[in-house]
Amino acid sequence: MRSVLAVLTVVAAIVAIWYAACLPMNIKGVLTEAERAGAVVSPEGAAARRAMSPWALVARNGFAIPATWEQERPRLPAPHQVAVELWQTTVNKKITSKRSLVYHGWVTLSATLLGFAIGTGLGILLAVGIVHSRVMDMSVMPWAIVSQTIPIIALAPMIIVVLYSVGVQGIIPKAVISAYLSFFPVVVGMVKGLRSPGPMQLDLLKTYFASGGQVFWKLRLPASMPYLFASLKIGIAASLVGAIVGELPTGAVAGLGARLLAGSYYGQTVQIWAALFAAAILAACLVGLLGLIERVTLKRMGMAA
Amino acid sequence: MNTEAVIEARDLNLTFQTNDGPVQALKDVNLTIGKGDFVSFIGPSGCGKTTFLRVMAALEHPTGGSITVNGMSPDEARRNRAYGYVFQAAGLYPWRTIARNIKLPLEIMGYSKADQEERVNRVLQLVDLEGFGSKYPWQLSGGMQQRASIARALAFDADILLMDEPFGALDEIVRDHLNEQLLKLWARTNKTIGFVTHSIPEAVYLSTKIVVMSPRPGRITDVIDSPLPAERPLDIRDTPEFLEVAHRVREGLRAGHSYD
Repeated sequence: MRSVLAVLTVVAAIVAIWYAACLPMNIKGVLTEAERAGAVVSPEGAAARRAMSPWALVARNGFAIPATWEQERPRLPAPHQVAVELWQTTVNKKITSKRSLVYHGWVTLSATLLGFAIGTGLGILLAVGIVHSRVMDMSVMPWAIVSQTIPIIALAPMIIVVLYSVGVQGIIPKAVISAYLSFFPVVVGMVKGLRSPGPMQLDLLKTYFASGGQVFWKLRLPASMPYLFASLKIGIAASLVGAIVGELPTGAVAGLGARLLAGSYYGQTVQIWAALFAAAILAACLVGLLGLIERVTLKRMGMAA
Repeated sequence: MNTEAVIEARDLNLTFQTNDGPVQALKDVNLTIGKGDFVSFIGPSGCGKTTFLRVMAALEHPTGGSITVNGMSPDEARRNRAYGYVFQAAGLYPWRTIARNIKLPLEIMGYSKADQEERVNRVLQLVDLEGFGSKYPWQLSGGMQQRASIARALAFDADILLMDEPFGALDEIVRDHLNEQLLKLWARTNKTIGFVTHSIPEAVYLSTKIVVMSPRPGRITDVIDSPLPAERPLDIRDTPEFLEVAHRVREGLRAGHSYD
């Protein structure tokens, strides 16, 4: 109960800081609009206000404060504006509408899940190869690491162009970018997990004259499960980032990335923030879902902490 | 009573190549272990007692001399699943129940489901863990876990049991109890047991033959055939015969120790 109170206090503090930040961010725009509408603003003239500290403007034009939280295109939208936009575009819109965040969210989510499945499968296969073959360990691992040093934003357009030129478009290019980001944590985690059994465990199976396959299925794979789940949680978040980034350079018309891009073209900051929050909520749900699957699986395996 | 040689080592040598140069872990080791013997290997760290046990199990390979297990090379003996090996730590799989841990070697060796069940019940009884089959390892005490690991080594009926300081990490009282149980188990199953230990009382109490080893290079300094009767209650440890054997072991250890 006490921790609930503490958590709520932190959330309240963040929201308060956010509202406070809206004042200096939006005051100049608000005053310009007010002046145009005939209100008396001090000092007069946008040019005179340009060099002034925004806090001083807030202090001298107290009447304008509520308006900094109600602008149509604020520099920084207030929390309730984002919340309202989120509500309007999810609950109050049919999900078939092009303005529904549920629709855009689903477009991104489907690419995320496909990419996550490809990335996880690839990651596990690579990890199995790396653990069993020294050659693969030395040849694949460095490339896997190098691959993650390339900014995805630079690589994404090229992946899309190359795939388009061979006739692949739609969900696949986005899923490929998504997989590109998510396979890496799975490789690293699975390699660590598959190698986690100690020499004694391996010697024990040797005394049974167990085959390599038996060592893998009965020892290495189950021992790697906790590591796999830790990696999957990172991987799914990376997948979502990949899918969104994959929507940016294509001029895609659907998906959270497209929504972000359209918002920035038309200065619709509220729409951008709503899309950002939708992405964050989606990521939190995916990670939470994986955490739940982890708990159930490890419990059934008798490995719950 | 030692009619049939189960393990026979002749001029056994093993040298490890390490970064600091070669280390001779075993030097000119000669030993015959008969069927049904309970042989303890005792000596300070680095005397090669564990290495010797690992050579028997084909987990290490000698660089000189010869060794046979059941008349075969250790590798062949391993292929024939001639021995069960108990490590210092129980090493049970946390994701398997006790019963399924014991089934592990049986699954690998391809026993039928019905046979697996029957064997699990039998060995759980042998180590006094009836009713614990469905528990997970973390639900058991250290001593019980080690008993489960012994059950796992017994499950496939190998006639040799190799034990590498199996009770080393347990406290004195639990250890006494497990020693007593181990002797009973040995009497019932008539297995040949190789047992590595640090403890003089443990070695003397358990063994029919005590092999005293010394380090740098690892070698056998004394082999003592115990005069103690087969029937051994715990208080046999206060009898003059027991103390005399213990004294001889201690002398052997002291003679081989260089204190450098």
